[in-house]
Amino acid sequence: MEADFQVIDNYLMVKMPAEIDHHQSGAISRRADSFLMQDSIRGIVFDFEDTKFMDSSGIGIIMGRYKKIACLGGKVFAIHADRQIRRILYISGLSKIMEIME
Amino acid sequence: MKQEEKKIRKGYDNELRMEFDAISYNEGFARMAVSAFITPLNPTLEEMADVKTAVSEAVTNAVIHGYGNVQGYIPGRMQCPREISSGKVRMYCRIEGDVLFVEIEDDGKGIDNVEQALEPLYTTKPEYERSGMGFAFMEAFMDDLQVLSAPGRGCKVIMEKKLGSIPWLEELE
Repeated sequence: MEADFQVIDNYLMVKMPAEIDHHQSGAISRRADSFLMQDSIRGIVFDFEDTKFMDSSGIGIIMGRYKKIACLGGKVFAIHADRQIRRILYISGLSKIMEIME
Repeated sequence: MKQEEKKIRKGYDNELRMEFDAISYNEGFARMAVSAFITPLNPTLEEMADVKTAVSEAVTNAVIHGYGNVQGYIPGRMQCPREISSGKVRMYCRIEGDVLFVEIEDDGKGIDNVEQALEPLYTTKPEYERSGMGFAFMEAFMDDLQVLSAPGRGCKVIMEKKLGSIPWLEELE
């Protein structure tokens, strides 16, 4: 399953795939960046509703997008993150730079 | 009769040895194989996720850093990227009682400084958005981690985890 992208009210919604690993990460990053370039995006929302597995490649995706959007004053959010994904976000320290919401 | 049943359950030992090409597609395959392998131990969902993450990190390391195959590639469905280098990753798993041992080995370029590589956020490939958290996750999610490597002589990651036990990490709120 591929990631799904949508822009709602200047926020880029990224519906993450079921499994996020190195195999998928490059394509997600590239597609997200193409959206960041063309619109006046104020924030990125990563939706983990369907995600069952994520490793450090997912951290790379979020960190890379954060670096790009933070210098323009944008914010990064995570929604529907299950317990395991939350743990990964906490251990990696990403919880400090992004907002994790229900 | 009862005693015999107990003996069989307690002494459940099993071994798995496999070798696969160092391409990104096989990362998912390797962690699926491990999760199927440990299912008889009745691990919690959390332990299952821990083992899968750790194995995925170790195999990803071998593919990206050992052999330098940074690009994603699905055999049969995608054209093979020109710069893909051939190489094999070997995985060996063993169950002894309720303890899982995993070894993941490659014949890639090896690690110059293992101590530095183990540091969280240290990565040699920041241009490909590698986060440098691979070994940190393996250390966090498994009970024991050993990394044996020398430049030009490949890398061997040995991990150990007790399964079917009480979670040691409190739920984060």
